[in-house]
Amino acid sequence: MASSQRQTEGTAGAPFVSIRSLDKFYGSFKALADINLDVARGEFVSFLGPSGCGKTTLLRAIAGLDRQSSGSIAIGGRDVSQAPPSERDFGIVFQSYALFPNLTIAENIGYGLVNRRRPRDEITARVQELLAMVGLPGQAGKYPAQLSGGQQQRVALARALATSPGLLLLDEPLSALDAQVRIRLREEIREVQKRLGVTTFMVTHDQEEALSMADRIVVMNHGVIEQIGTPEEIYRAPSTPFVADFIGRINLLPGVLREAGRVEVAERVFSCPASSDLAPGSKIEVGIRPEAIRVRGVSGNEANAVRVRIHDLEFLGAFCRALLAVEARPDLHLVADFSANLMRDLALAEGMVIPVELPVEALRLFPARSAA
Amino acid sequence: MNESFARPLVRESTIANALVATLIVTLILMIGWPLWALLSKSLQDGTGAFIGLANFRTYFSTPSMVAALVNSLWVAALTTTIVVPLAFVYAYALTRSRMPGKGLFTALALLPIFAPSLLSAISLIYLFGNQGFLKELLLGHSIYGPIGIVFAESCYCFPHAVMIIATGLRLADGRLYEVAEALGTRPSRVFFTITLPGVRYAAISAAFVVFTLVITDFGIPKVIGGQFSVLATDAYKQIVGQQNFEMGAVVGLVLLVPAILAFFVDRHIQKRQVALLSARAVPYEPKPAPGRDLALTLFCLAIASVLVAMLGMAIWASFIRYWPYNLSLTLANYEFENFEPGAWGPYLTSLKMAGLVAVLGTALIFTGAYLVEKTKVAAPLRGIAHFLAMLPMAVPGLVLGLGYVFFINTKGSPFGVLYGTLAVLVINTVAHFYTVGHITATTALKQIDPEFEAVSSSLKVPFWVTFRRVTMPISMPAILDIAVYMFVNAMTTISAVIFLYGPATKLASISVIHMDESGATAPAAAMATCIVLTAIAAKLIHLVMDKLVFERLQAWRRR
Repeated sequence: MASSQRQTEGTAGAPFVSIRSLDKFYGSFKALADINLDVARGEFVSFLGPSGCGKTTLLRAIAGLDRQSSGSIAIGGRDVSQAPPSERDFGIVFQSYALFPNLTIAENIGYGLVNRRRPRDEITARVQELLAMVGLPGQAGKYPAQLSGGQQQRVALARALATSPGLLLLDEPLSALDAQVRIRLREEIREVQKRLGVTTFMVTHDQEEALSMADRIVVMNHGVIEQIGTPEEIYRAPSTPFVADFIGRINLLPGVLREAGRVEVAERVFSCPASSDLAPGSKIEVGIRPEAIRVRGVSGNEANAVRVRIHDLEFLGAFCRALLAVEARPDLHLVADFSANLMRDLALAEGMVIPVELPVEALRLFPARSAA
Repeated sequence: MNESFARPLVRESTIANALVATLIVTLILMIGWPLWALLSKSLQDGTGAFIGLANFRTYFSTPSMVAALVNSLWVAALTTTIVVPLAFVYAYALTRSRMPGKGLFTALALLPIFAPSLLSAISLIYLFGNQGFLKELLLGHSIYGPIGIVFAESCYCFPHAVMIIATGLRLADGRLYEVAEALGTRPSRVFFTITLPGVRYAAISAAFVVFTLVITDFGIPKVIGGQFSVLATDAYKQIVGQQNFEMGAVVGLVLLVPAILAFFVDRHIQKRQVALLSARAVPYEPKPAPGRDLALTLFCLAIASVLVAMLGMAIWASFIRYWPYNLSLTLANYEFENFEPGAWGPYLTSLKMAGLVAVLGTALIFTGAYLVEKTKVAAPLRGIAHFLAMLPMAVPGLVLGLGYVFFINTKGSPFGVLYGTLAVLVINTVAHFYTVGHITATTALKQIDPEFEAVSSSLKVPFWVTFRRVTMPISMPAILDIAVYMFVNAMTTISAVIFLYGPATKLASISVIHMDESGATAPAAAMATCIVLTAIAAKLIHLVMDKLVFERLQAWRRR
């Protein structure tokens, strides 16, 4: 890979991309509200959220394709807030591939090079290099329609990287592909990105994609950033009920914080992690992930043990998703994941009443959502 | 590589905005200003002083003028009631039956499009005129007058109505019919509850189009109208005969009313029509029904025969020595130097004009549609340009031609030099047929991935390079469609150019009118034949090119 990939502006440690107080309105609809984000050079950042959350709007604002209403964007230390796309430094890949159908694969990849008046040999060599990089050697003379979806998306990636941009933008790059191709391409994109060290933003609504590819995830909802963190942080320590529920599944139970480490749910007091920023007496939501609910070796005498009736079992292959009703309060439901092993060992079946434990360290406390 | 991110001398967006602004100015000069000239002329007296609505008062209190208006209205209404049902059955046969030879029947239905409107009038004169061999069928009535006009207009409008209704019928969701059948619905009930409601909008739209076409057509009433005066011939009489420009302008504005009405009804209807068909709909496949198919085939055969006869009669007559006494064949009628001061000149002028319209018009229309559709120009500019591009649809050719007369003839107009030049004929014809080309181009452009421009700008390739390297090659079939449409219409048009030609720029279609006026009907038919054959040849060349050349050039379309 050409060493010209790396550019030298900006001091070490300063963020490569810096977004400040970004707002975007469509009429009176606020698509983005006060977005602040710093991204280091070489980072892979994923914008994750449900459709309409503003993630694509944010990506297009960074690209300059849809200008923000207010706020600033700096790339490589240069303020590009008012610059058109052609004066920013990025390559972009769309869900639709957006390959030029009347040009060959080689012409597509070399599209941005030709315009820079490079010698023909240099362009040919560079195109070959890129084709090899995305695993499509020998396909240079074909037209896009002759390639599969996955191959076309590889070409789109090569085209976006051809001019060695400082920033790579991926707009739902895998959404149009079959499940298997998607998983393979996921790894390939990540590998190429790591090898080139190109700072990358990827928009996705697929949490698995974001968790497996990104260095950091920006979870968005209703035009605001809910949380920024590594995949692990986001999953283990979601900062809002929305994040907890959007990334993986979580049971949320309404309760009241009695004192530090004690929470009351359904007329019962449970132990919980001591929370610093919630005042005793405040209404809260207690969260626990389905796979964190313990069944094996629970005697029923543990502090956070609950007797539940197995209301429904949904077979999902390697595990079963169980709907549990608290025996003392049958209107209160919990979702738990039971592994196939567990199912067999304990001979679990619908209608059984069993003790389960909600481990203290697995409980997450959130302030109750005001509107809800 | 850093220099490539620097701000260039002139930004792309600036260039795009400047180009769209240029487009808007061009369209205002071509379309907006002439219409304004017409409107203001109608409010002036002979000296150019403003007199408000006095001209309109004069118009509506002059019995002969009101008579022409009433004539126009009922002739158009009658033609519409004849054409729409016939076109419906024809279109139904094309889309909802297993009739054999659908391709041929489609082609035959479209035949009148390739002829000037007055061709069918000439044929009628040969068939039912004073020397026509079917004259007795009229039971003593004269073909010169409303009978001839309605008959000829029906042929002339038929293809337009069939195309609109067939499009509506094609939009059917096959699933609805499967559900109806599964529920055991009677065929007649299916027809009245599914088929008819589905095509209702298209039928209304067709009715308005036919009505407008008839009321604004000039060629047919000119040739076969006799003493029966209608709006279009009235306008011509006021302007060319009596030099009464103000009254001509009033007639022009009266003509504009039904056209504008039709335009808005059509737009309203199209919005509804789109909503009828979801993306998940399944195309309707007609089931075999021999009785229905036979009946529809016979019907289509009858209609198609009439259309062919309307075309063929004039063509045949153009080769006959002396109708109806000496039916031996001759080329004498094609020796135009004996009948027409310009000899073959008008035909060559028409060719030149149509060629220029096809090339320049298509270039302007497609580039304009691209700028409006694909570049990131300010929204108000885009809106204005789109409105101006859609405007000619609502303006009959005759009205646009009148507007041009006033626009150019105003005292001190900088465009006075254009009068009678080929340039003004080309400009006027491009303006006249602008909208259909614009819609074709816009439709084609909308089908192209909207992210191409985004990808290009990320690669720092300016939009005009992508336009040349990608958009234009991909859109080549649509561009050719537009070019052929422009060429055919430029060859056959009469209504707008009749006011604008000069001694050196007489067109073939106008020559037809002149020769017919001077009693040289056979040479008029001969000239009309030349126009038809040229138009059909252009279409055939288009089809052949599409098949042979583009299959090779567009290898990328194959999988």
